Amino acid sequence: MPDRFAGRLTALEMFGNYAYTGIWLLIGVGFVLVTFWFASLIRPQRPNPTKLENYECGEMPLSASYLQFNVKYYIFALIFVIFDVEVVFLFPWAVVYNSLGLFALIEMLVFLLILIFGLAYAWKKGALQWV
Amino acid sequence: MELGVFYILAAVIVVSGLLVVTLKNIFHSALMLILCLFGVAGIYILLHADFLAAVQVLLYVGGVTILMIFAIMVTHQLTGKKIKHYNEQPVPAGLIILSLLILLIVSITRTAFEVADKAEPMPTVAVIGRALMTDYVLPFEVVSVVLLVALIGAIVIARRD
Repeated sequence: MPDRFAGRLTALEMFGNYAYTGIWLLIGVGFVLVTFWFASLIRPQRPNPTKLENYECGEMPLSASYLQFNVKYYIFALIFVIFDVEVVFLFPWAVVYNSLGLFALIEMLVFLLILIFGLAYAWKKGALQWV
Repeated sequence: MELGVFYILAAVIVVSGLLVVTLKNIFHSALMLILCLFGVAGIYILLHADFLAAVQVLLYVGGVTILMIFAIMVTHQLTGKKIKHYNEQPVPAGLIILSLLILLIVSITRTAFEVADKAEPMPTVAVIGRALMTDYVLPFEVVSVVLLVALIGAIVIARRD
């Protein structure tokens, strides 16, 4: 089945792409580190309590930044992870969709339909509502 | 070259993994876990499992750790406090770790790791997609049912009202 991988990348091309990713990663991390290090070299060090306060766009901070957040955020995070997994399955399907046609479309519709029940359930239970 | 990259990634994974369990601030532990999971994604790339690496970043770095950070943020007792690591039971813990270590060493050294003689497909996404749509249709559809159960279960447990 040689046609299956038509246009596939060679190992060298593939690792070349990841080498770019690695180089950008190093540049990104290095840029932040060098900036902070250089700033600490040239800035004057005269801290006072007002300077050390958390910056909140010019407002006075109401409390410490470690505080208990509303539990409702957690349900959103849970639902997000479920649909994150769903998207992971959509991706390989989308790549081979053109060569498989109607059958693959129906399979994916069944897959999505089952999950839409879950979304409808979450909606009906008010889990999507912000009270 | 590949071996060098592997050692760098392994060092990142081991050091960040150790920091996850030793840092006093649990929020910092969660951030170190992100670094650790990124390192694992790098290992997947090294093993030519490009789709698995993307899934690792999407699901574990982007999903599971977000869930953990949210769990830390909504839990009142955890945020901003220093945590104790020592539970005063060094002997049973040491015994369990030692037996686990022996088990791992024995199983790793005794297993004959077989290598497939086929050349691996380079972008693996198309192969996985084709396999999911043809040979593994039923498991694929069962996954959606499992996800549905997880979703409904999460809502039922999280909202007791």
